[in-house]
This record gives sequence, structure tokens and C-alpha cells, in this order.
Amino acid sequence: MAADIASQGTSSRTVSRRPANRLRRARFAHLVLGLLLICVSVISLTVGATDITLTDALGKIMRGEPLSRMERVVLLDIRLPRLAMGLCVGAALAVSGAVMQGLFRNPLADPGLVGVGAGAGLGAIGAIVLGSFLPVAFIDTFGNQLIPIAAFFGGWITTLLLYRVSTRNGRTSVATMLLAGIALAALAGALSGILVYMADDRQLRDLTFWGLGSLAGASWAKVTAAAPIILLSILAASFLGRGLNGLALGEATAAHIGHSVQRLKNGSILLVAAATGAAVAVSGGIGFIGIVVPHLLRLATGPDHRTLLINAALLGATLLVAADMIARVIIAPAELPIGIITAVLGAPVFLWILLRRRDLVDM
Amino acid sequence: MLDAYDITVSLGRTQILHGLGFRAQAGQLSAIVGPNGSGKTTLLRAITGDVPFGGSVTLNDADTRALKPWDLAAIRGVLPQSAVLAFPFTVIEVVRLGLQKGLSAAETDISMAALERVSLAHYADRFFQELSGGEQQRVHLARVLAQVWQPVQDGVPHWLLLDEPVASLDIANQLEVMEIARGYANAGGGVVAVMHDLNLTAMFADHVAILSGGRCLAAGHPKQVMTDAILSKAYGCKLQVNTPPHTDTTFVLPHTAQRV
Repeated sequence: MAADIASQGTSSRTVSRRPANRLRRARFAHLVLGLLLICVSVISLTVGATDITLTDALGKIMRGEPLSRMERVVLLDIRLPRLAMGLCVGAALAVSGAVMQGLFRNPLADPGLVGVGAGAGLGAIGAIVLGSFLPVAFIDTFGNQLIPIAAFFGGWITTLLLYRVSTRNGRTSVATMLLAGIALAALAGALSGILVYMADDRQLRDLTFWGLGSLAGASWAKVTAAAPIILLSILAASFLGRGLNGLALGEATAAHIGHSVQRLKNGSILLVAAATGAAVAVSGGIGFIGIVVPHLLRLATGPDHRTLLINAALLGATLLVAADMIARVIIAPAELPIGIITAVLGAPVFLWILLRRRDLVDM
Repeated sequence: MLDAYDITVSLGRTQILHGLGFRAQAGQLSAIVGPNGSGKTTLLRAITGDVPFGGSVTLNDADTRALKPWDLAAIRGVLPQSAVLAFPFTVIEVVRLGLQKGLSAAETDISMAALERVSLAHYADRFFQELSGGEQQRVHLARVLAQVWQPVQDGVPHWLLLDEPVASLDIANQLEVMEIARGYANAGGGVVAVMHDLNLTAMFADHVAILSGGRCLAAGHPKQVMTDAILSKAYGCKLQVNTPPHTDTTFVLPHTAQRV
């Protein structure tokens, strides 16, 4: 039998205590965040411009009374798809942020950084401004889906271009990818700028609303288009945790400890493109969720991606639904673009984190 | 056995290694020495598969390029010269990163035992980034030890591939790390270490390969190959190898060195 090397030599300082297990705390957070998500979701269903409470509606259902037409429309066709979309988009943005940060080994990385957001934005702006030039038959067929589809492909094409530029001999250089991402984002931004100049007044209003992000256009059609992609991406992300942990040690060491680094990078990039593209497509550019959520979680429960990715999905979904609730009621019956709420709430929190924990943020 | 055969490596247009051969036996501590730029680290990086190379590397009779990353990780751990770490992991979490499977109590025990082996168990809950450079290097050694904890498993030797393992350590810790490597080899594992310190090499190595200009100048037992002539030729300066009375080891004193 092989000798255990612990038995050779002596250790001068031996401790018997067990180290604190942050993993256990992070797993407990699954439960807490899950409950929080349910609470916020239920509240969100009862809050809105129309005065319908969930208890009334549930009471009617329990007593076997039919809901009024108004209640059915508000709850089932307006609030429920909006809630579902908020949950999906929030989870997608937070998980994409966490995966991207793990991939780039940089806590400030975000899908916006590598041009996925800008590419999706270009697609959407192109659809808004140039959509009227398309054949009528095409518009009739795709109708409201045109912007989401264009945004999705914009994000996807940007990612493929980025990948093409930064991968040589099957190896992706993260540094090249970051720089290429900045260049592609600038290019997409410039092209978007040209389109904005071409836009008429009505289109400009659409552009502004889309650019700030909103869940106002939520519909079951959009939910069914985006949700499967987002849910699949989150499911796939849950298998990347261990690999992203290894990647924190650098690509070479990640390979030394047994991770298939190229496959890990491919998977992460595809997943982020799919989730971000789908989210941006249905909701526009909603900032800060992708950076703030993983950050808060790392501070609270540690950087272990095996739990971080799941917690990010839960907290991202919760925060976005909460932000949407605020956006809907703060100037009711009108509503604010949700991107304003997430920026107003997210940016100060982010700055506060930077000030408080500069030592950890530098890492 | 680790057998690197006819290794050529080019970085850009510069050829770093010119058809170099290197062998290491399990149960031995094999050192790779040579002046700066002689290709020591590049040879190790070819062995670990970090750089594209010509020739072949076999580990326990298997071609390393044919093995999957996780199969390789099960039989050899690699300590890089300097290791980075993103995100605020604690010391014990860093050591656990080297473990392959899920977190069981037994694996926590291995992680703690590995930390105890490098005398850093009392830092288990500290943030890795709060440690000094030398301590961080020892934490990484603990991670590598945890990865291939058994020097021999089911008759198959495991390997430690160490790139300048004592570079940033004080003299006491240099000795501790070399003793850990020595102990791993004594227990049947294989150890390959890129070394700068000729005295520690003479003290601890069973086998030494002296590199110069991307070629192997000499290889064998330190006493046979660490001679005045070979070392002087390799390092391009006059060096004198001494043996103190009543001892078994040789040493090379810096002040005896004269530039040619």
C-alpha cells in the first residue's frame, strides 16, 4: 500500500478545528432566496394600476366563483406574463454576468463588456428603424416578434465574430477577446448611432424606451419565445460551476487540475450569448443586474460558482421583479422604464461595495 | 516513468528546445537545472502540455497528448512558478479546488492534511489574497498535494511536477518544501522539479538534468554530473564544486564563481 505522505515529516503547527464552511451557508441561501423570490412574485401579482388583490381573486377561485373578465385579463394576460418575463430576464442577466465574470476572472466583467449587449442592441435598433422598409408580408408574419428576433441575432452574430477573432488554433485568448469585445461594442454603437439619426420621431420614442429597458411589452408570446432559451442556459450554467472555480486559478492551472478548458470556454460563451440575447431581445438593455447580483452574493456567501450561479438566478429574478414593481407603481398609472430603476438602485450599491470592500474588489 | 523524447518547442520564430530528451523515474526526485533561458521551464511546460511541442511525452507509459485532462489530473499535479487567483477564495477553498470530486468529509480531511503538511493549517479560513507571496506559493503546493495525495495508488505512481517550487521562499520553507518533495519520492511517487538553487539540488535530487541553450548537457546522479567542468560550461562562468569534510553532499558556493 502506498504510504500516506501526511505521515512523513512533522507539521509544526497542527490544528484540529474544521474551517468555516461557506458552502453550507451558500446552500442555505438557495432556500432563503427561493422563499424571497416566491414572496416578491406573489406581491408583484397584486400590485398595479388596477386595484385587484390576489386574496380576492384566490378567494373567488376557492369558492368556485368565476373571475370577472377584467380580473382575468389583468391577472392572466398582463401581470402573469410580465412576472414570468421579469423572472426569466432577471435570472438570465444575473447568471450571464456571473458566468462572464468567472470566464474572464474579473468581478467587473459583464455581457455588455464583450459586445453581446451592444450587438443585440444594434439588431433591435435596426429592426425599429429599418423595419418599415421590409416587405409587408414579412412584417405581417413576424409582427411584434421582429425586434426580439433581430436583437437575438445581433447578439449572437457579435459573439460569433468575437469568438472568431479571439480564437486561434482552438485556443481562446481572454485578453484578445476583451479587446475585440470593446472594438465590436464601439462598432455596434456607431452603427446604432447612424440608425438613430435616420429615425423619425415615433421611432426615436421607441428607441428610447427600448434602450432603457422595460418589461412593459410582456406577452405570453414573448415569454414562450425567450423562456425556453433562458431556462436551458441556466440549466447548462449549473454544470459549469466547478470548471469556473478552476478557471479562477488561470487557464493553465485549470487544465492541470483536470478541466477541459476549451470546452468550458466554448460552453460559457454560447450560454452567455443565448441567455443575454434572449433577455435583451424581450426587455431591452437592463443594466447592473449582471454586475451587482453576483457581487453581492460573493460578498455574502463566497465565490464558489457551484452555488453562486444558482443563487444569482434566484436573486437576479427577485431583484428584477421588485424593480419592475417599483417601475409600475412609482408614477402610476404611467410607468418608468425599468432600466432607470435598476441603475438608480444598482449604481449606488455598486459604488458602496467598491468603497467598502476595495481590498476584495481588487482581486 | 516519465519519458520526454526528442522534444522541440518553438515560441514564435525562436526555437527554445532542440530535440531534447528527459527521463524521470518514479520513486526519485529529478531536478532540471540550467541558466536563465536554457529552456528548463519550457521543458516542464511541454511535459505538462501547456505549450505545443514536437516529439512525445509519456507518463506511466501513456502518451500525455492522448489522455483527457481529468485522467492526467488524476496522476499528476503541477505547481506553476506563479499562480494567479481571481475572486476572494479562502485558503482551504483554494486547496479544495485541486480535488476532483464533490465535497465529502474525507476530502475536507485531505485538504486540511495537505495544509498541515505545508504548516499553514492555521490559515485555513484566511483569504488567500491576504497571505504573503511565499505563503501563497505554499498554499498552491498544498493544493497540488491534495490533488495527487497518494504517491502510489493501485501500483500506479503519481507525479509532482514543480516549477521552481522554492523560488519565493525563505531558507526554512525552502527546506520544508524540498523535504515534502523528497518524502513524496521516497513513498514511491515521482517528482520533477525545475530548480535554480544548485545546493538544494545537490542535497535533495536523485537525478539531475543540466540544460543549456535548449539542449541537455548532461543527466545523471548529481555527484556524477554536477562537476566543475559541466556546470562551468552550462552557466558560462567558472564554478567550483566542493564537498565539505564528513558529509555526503556537494555544494557550489557563489563566491567561488568567477566570470569567464
